[in-house]
Amino acid sequence: MSAHIDVTNLNVFYGKQQALTNVSISIPRQQITVIMGPSGCGKTTLLKSFNRFLELTDGTTITGAVHVDGQNIYAGDVDVTAVRKRVGLLAQRPTPLPMSIYDNVCYGMSIHQMRTSKADYTAAVQHYLELAGLWDEVKTRLHEPATSLSIGQQQRLCLARGLAVEPEVILGDEPTSALDPISSQHIEKRMLELKSQYTTVIVTHTLRQAKRLADYVIFMYMGEVVEAGVAREVFSNPQQERTRQYLEGVF
Amino acid sequence: MAQNPIQSTATTRNQRVVVASRRRTDTWARRVFFVITVLPIGLIAVVLIGLLYRSWPILSRYPLVDLLFGVDWKPSEGRFGFYSFIVGTVWVTVVGVGLAIPPCILVAIYLAEYAGARIRLLAKPILDVLAAIPPVVYGVWGLLSVVPLVETVLGPWSQQLLGFWGLFAVQQPTGFSVLAGGIVLAVMITPLIIAVIFEIFNTVPVDLRNASLAIGATRWETIQRVLLPQVMPGIIAAIVLGASRAFGETIAVLMVVGNIAQVPHSLFDAAYPLPALIANNYGEMMSIPLYDAALLCAALILLVIILLFNIFATVVLKRFVK
Amino acid sequence: MRLQPWNRRHLIERIMQIAMIGSLVIVGLCLGAILWTIIARGLPSLTWQMISQTPKGGFYMGKEGGVLNAILGSLYLASGATALAIVFALPIALYLQTYLATSGWAQLVRLALDVLWGIPSIVYGAFGFTLMIVLGVRASLLAGIIVLALVELPIMTRAMDEVIRRLPRDLAQAALALGSTKLEVALRVVIPQTLPGIVTAVLLAFGRGIGDAAAVLFTAGYTDRIPTSLLRATASLPLAVFFQLGTPYPEVRERGYASALILTIIVLLVSFGSRWLAARLQRYTVK
Repeated sequence: MSAHIDVTNLNVFYGKQQALTNVSISIPRQQITVIMGPSGCGKTTLLKSFNRFLELTDGTTITGAVHVDGQNIYAGDVDVTAVRKRVGLLAQRPTPLPMSIYDNVCYGMSIHQMRTSKADYTAAVQHYLELAGLWDEVKTRLHEPATSLSIGQQQRLCLARGLAVEPEVILGDEPTSALDPISSQHIEKRMLELKSQYTTVIVTHTLRQAKRLADYVIFMYMGEVVEAGVAREVFSNPQQERTRQYLEGVF
Repeated sequence: MAQNPIQSTATTRNQRVVVASRRRTDTWARRVFFVITVLPIGLIAVVLIGLLYRSWPILSRYPLVDLLFGVDWKPSEGRFGFYSFIVGTVWVTVVGVGLAIPPCILVAIYLAEYAGARIRLLAKPILDVLAAIPPVVYGVWGLLSVVPLVETVLGPWSQQLLGFWGLFAVQQPTGFSVLAGGIVLAVMITPLIIAVIFEIFNTVPVDLRNASLAIGATRWETIQRVLLPQVMPGIIAAIVLGASRAFGETIAVLMVVGNIAQVPHSLFDAAYPLPALIANNYGEMMSIPLYDAALLCAALILLVIILLFNIFATVVLKRFVK
Repeated sequence: MRLQPWNRRHLIERIMQIAMIGSLVIVGLCLGAILWTIIARGLPSLTWQMISQTPKGGFYMGKEGGVLNAILGSLYLASGATALAIVFALPIALYLQTYLATSGWAQLVRLALDVLWGIPSIVYGAFGFTLMIVLGVRASLLAGIIVLALVELPIMTRAMDEVIRRLPRDLAQAALALGSTKLEVALRVVIPQTLPGIVTAVLLAFGRGIGDAAAVLFTAGYTDRIPTSLLRATASLPLAVFFQLGTPYPEVRERGYASALILTIIVLLVSFGSRWLAARLQRYTVK
């Protein structure tokens, strides 16, 4: 197992309040890693440290390092847009951009100028919509506004849009929490299919989802990593008292 | 008998009286409030009808086309053509708004999308003070700084570099000009336009920005490709709002624009906007027949144009409030 | 993943940022230029005599006297107009928010207020003057106050409406749940809770009123005496500036600049004072 993301001594403060304390963790390549823990434990903060989304909030202080493929993404000369191209994000609620379905998928590719001809773009749009399992539902209405889709379809559109910029890592911030059970299943199925090609990191608050998806789990509590390891082992035989309590539903 | 401290001292009977009186007060308050609310709507109607009634003598005597497009302004001979005043107002407004738009949009975007709390805290008092400065003080500034600037610096430059083009040629080198009026107006309407555009940007959900940033777009790409198409109607409404403010501005413009009844052909020509016409002449020379009606007709023209501007802007902006 | 400094995308980003900061600096410089001009030209003539005396004989040729008549006249005009405007603005704002919320009637009233807000004060002035002619009233403090109140009303009401709209829903609902009538909610919950904002709205309107020249140009008249009655004409600072600048005597024009400085100082005091007062009052509201 080779680590794709390496976090060393990460501390995050919102103003004076500490959100993460001395987090050091490795995320394995091309597997699904699930970050779990009670709400307010810093799961999302840790996740958003991987695509440098923390700095969008005023007054955030970050110390420590996050290495993606051995490169510290917090180093001074790193281009943040390149980081975000490599580390994609699937947000909690679907966030279609106010443009057509087609343009949503095209948006990232055209920003990064990843194709040269219109035909290439169109082919790519089809490819990524297929990858997200949405193509058949939208192929006749590509130029309708993205907001005309159902919430579940919108989230798969966001997945396609994220995949289209060819990331190596996909972050999911409770990506199914706003969806109905059927749509959630859709998304989970896609993630399992895609995990051989992408390193996936998901934050979830439902234990069952963690058990369904995880190859590797990180359990956090009060801004610290309590336990991390291969999913099967952590679920069947947690080493820490806190983890066991959480798995038994004490929290 | 000792009173139970938990039990209310009020008897059921006087409880009922209290409730009834409270309800009566509430009902009356509601009626009074309602009547007061009619006031704004009534006021618009009264002003419109009042001006229409008082300018009727001239409106009924001359065809509207002659009034609006007539160039002759000789009240003592009974000739009332508003064309040069209307064009003067439009020129000054267009120059003012044109100068204000680019910096206003940029500043509003900067404050809404880039600036941290510290810069915003610094910018707010600047805009507040600009908004608070009275028009007459803007006029004094225009007279002392802008008019000399136009006369001694901008005019000669323009004549030298672009003099072959009529719009930039200097025929009347006094400094009292459309350009001076436009500059003063541009600064005056800046805080209003910035405030409105800033508010509109704030109505765009954060998720939308994040969705674009998460893909690796730069901030400007996010603004240009995601936010601007969203807020464009609002920006236009903000500009229209600024334009209507500029259109009706009186004292500040009057002090720097020269007040010569002519159709300006260059930025450096003097103009005579409608509000200045009213301010300079109303209340005097009332012995000339129809003069009073003509000036109120000018006020009516001003009012109607501004009403249209404002209703348009308000209706567009309302969509963003939700 | 390294930053490429001359990447086209980042170049555009840099250029736009520089343009934005540049624009902000230009706006700041404009303010600086205005204040500097007014202070530099106004301060030399700003004597104690200017603010403590009324114009004496020959004042308009550069002789003795000051603009106390205009200072007091403006304060009377703006205070009266503000007081009058509150009487209507506060009920309208309360009614809009606590009784009507977002009904069609409320939308119509708001549209009307927006439209009124946009009407230039010269139109109010001209309208007021025609009305005075019809009624046979002469230019006076009272007429000035009424027309200025029309100018202030939409400014104040819109600001109050905005403040009350931001009041958390739960707060009003908590009071309603206890069996309050809407009037009681308005008077006991909404007003105390939004008092800082209401004060800001009132002072905003006051500041706008005291600086307005076009509304009082025909309606309040101009006199060298300090007004003693609502029915007498009164001077005002904006017009004092305007008239003094219109004379051929340099000394009088210098005094015009000083008058402009006085007006600016008053307006800035009101502007900053309202913020200070709002911050003080903020302590008594529920966060």
